[in-house]
Amino acid sequence: MNAELLLAADAATKNDPVLNISIFAAFVIVTMFVVIRASKNNKSAADYYTGGRGFSGAQNGMAIAGDYLSAASFLGITGAIALAGYDGFLYSIGFLVAWLVALLLVAELMRNTGKFTMADVLSFRLHQRPVRLAAAISTLVVCFFYLLAQMAGAGGLVSLLLGISDSVGQSIVVGVVGALMVIYVLVGGMKGTTWVQIIKAALLIIGAGVMTVWVLALNGFDLSHLLTAGQDAAHAVKKPFEALAYGNKYGKNPIDFISLGMALVLGTAGLPHVLMRFYTVPTAKEARKSVVWAIWLIGIFYLFTLVLGGGAVILVGPDVIAAAPGKDNSAAPLLAQALGGAVLMGIVSAIAFATILAVVAGLTITAATSFAHDIYASVIKRGEVSPNAEVKIAKRTVVVIGVLAIAGGIGVQGQNIAFLVALAFAVAASANLPTIIYSLYWRGFRTRGALWSMYGGLISSIFLIAISPVVSNVAPAAGATSTAMIKGVDFHLWDLSNPGIISIPLAFILGWLGSVLPGGKKENSWLGAEMEVRSLTGHGAEKEVHH
Amino acid sequence: MSTEETPQKEHHRIDYPAFEENPTYKQLKKRQRGFVWPVLIAALAWYILYVILATYASKWMATPIAEGSVISIGLVLGLGQFVTTFVITQWYVSYANKKLDPLASDLRSQLEAKQKAGKA
Repeated sequence: MNAELLLAADAATKNDPVLNISIFAAFVIVTMFVVIRASKNNKSAADYYTGGRGFSGAQNGMAIAGDYLSAASFLGITGAIALAGYDGFLYSIGFLVAWLVALLLVAELMRNTGKFTMADVLSFRLHQRPVRLAAAISTLVVCFFYLLAQMAGAGGLVSLLLGISDSVGQSIVVGVVGALMVIYVLVGGMKGTTWVQIIKAALLIIGAGVMTVWVLALNGFDLSHLLTAGQDAAHAVKKPFEALAYGNKYGKNPIDFISLGMALVLGTAGLPHVLMRFYTVPTAKEARKSVVWAIWLIGIFYLFTLVLGGGAVILVGPDVIAAAPGKDNSAAPLLAQALGGAVLMGIVSAIAFATILAVVAGLTITAATSFAHDIYASVIKRGEVSPNAEVKIAKRTVVVIGVLAIAGGIGVQGQNIAFLVALAFAVAASANLPTIIYSLYWRGFRTRGALWSMYGGLISSIFLIAISPVVSNVAPAAGATSTAMIKGVDFHLWDLSNPGIISIPLAFILGWLGSVLPGGKKENSWLGAEMEVRSLTGHGAEKEVHH
Repeated sequence: MSTEETPQKEHHRIDYPAFEENPTYKQLKKRQRGFVWPVLIAALAWYILYVILATYASKWMATPIAEGSVISIGLVLGLGQFVTTFVITQWYVSYANKKLDPLASDLRSQLEAKQKAGKA
């Protein structure tokens, strides 16, 4: 990278840290006020874990969008589109189509049969303790991967906004994000967390919408003009690329691309923090409405990122983005600066921070609920624990997760956020989704199948990532710097960065084999009938809490 | 608090295996399975087709839809994924409202009546 480019990047990132921090602080103060107000009615476990199941479909749909449109979507996808053209588009299409799995197969039946966690549904008619434990472990692993991705985003963002590129400064910011998240979740529980997500979703979608209209206006509301200008800008740089071609980013290994596509589309309906949101509404019908709202909001937002990515290529330039401190993750804030100067950049950066904060809060409450409700109350104490004691454990878990997230977040600085999220999706699609689908749709599914599928999916996906070039690779492609997590050593045995194409089918096969092979414990067919009747009719579903 | 009880304890008075023979229930199950699986499989097949085309036919995907246009086939197909997702979503909502919800709510009241009778 030459000095000229660095200078350009430096100039592009010249901004006002005080302004950025003030806007973000305003968000924190407003949301904290809302969280404290919302928490006044938190009395029972159902209040703490699900917000008393009192949210409407529209509110929950907003919150789902707030939960789902993470920093990976906003910063990562805009950056990927800006630097790799249509290859970045694949992420958004996969992330969106995935919602059909949640809408058609999972949301309503899950709402009808569960109480607080994914494990409630999976262990409904199988042997409680082993299945709960497996489901809770995979919940914790997926949440942790996802948390790391958000924390990496926080660090990248701060290096861009405050000009802090040394690791101490970035670590402090990661620490602040972690501490704020712990406070939100401790004080507000699910109700407070949901409100933070709703506020953040509104800000994010409005902010992206304003920038989209702005970019379109600069191009005379003519899509062809935007694309032509984008193509020209991509040609004008030192290492020109065809912005309108495919395969810029993943073209080298087509199987990897397909593997990524599978993980994206099958991962969503297995994400524990998404599943848990279905319990915050009073009925299955409201759960359906939530997903419909979420699909529209998320879909429209991804259409915005397409324009924003194109706008970043034209107005900022791919070489400046690539040379900026946050690399591709900085495309959106840099575009904001090019459009509206320091003020808009401050607003957009504050929104991105708010995004990270809201998503980590949702992940934290999910992981804490799963630990307290599934592992502590059901597995360790065998159900002999009062709901209040359970919530107390959940709150302690929140603090532990906060510490782990901060420590891990400091360790993953500089990773592409969208990629880290893709790994979380791969684990969710492998470890969770097969068992969810089998539990809800196949009466012959048995405990052994569930355990084989969940542990098999979890272990195979993580193992394949560990031996992939993502984790260790000393021989990067010519001219590129190594993107591996561990540099200097090379123990990669396997050329795919995305494990999904192997681990997802494997988990489905293991679930089937474990159920049909002779041996293993017998299941209660009566509970199977009960689960199916209840899943379809909504009879006996958990009710809204009234105060 | 009733919401804290385990579901198994709460509903043990209803004979669920017998209830599965209820004709309305059978119809609800048939409609739900009959809608969600074919529609989802079609949607996923269309998505996988897009991913495969983007991978193995990337040159073709980059071809302009018309001479001199910068709008490529890939962009149109990609936007098509958005359109199909939105259309399927609304289609399912109207199907569920008309064909699934009335049956489910009818069955729910039958089950609630049984539960009351069991408790009495």
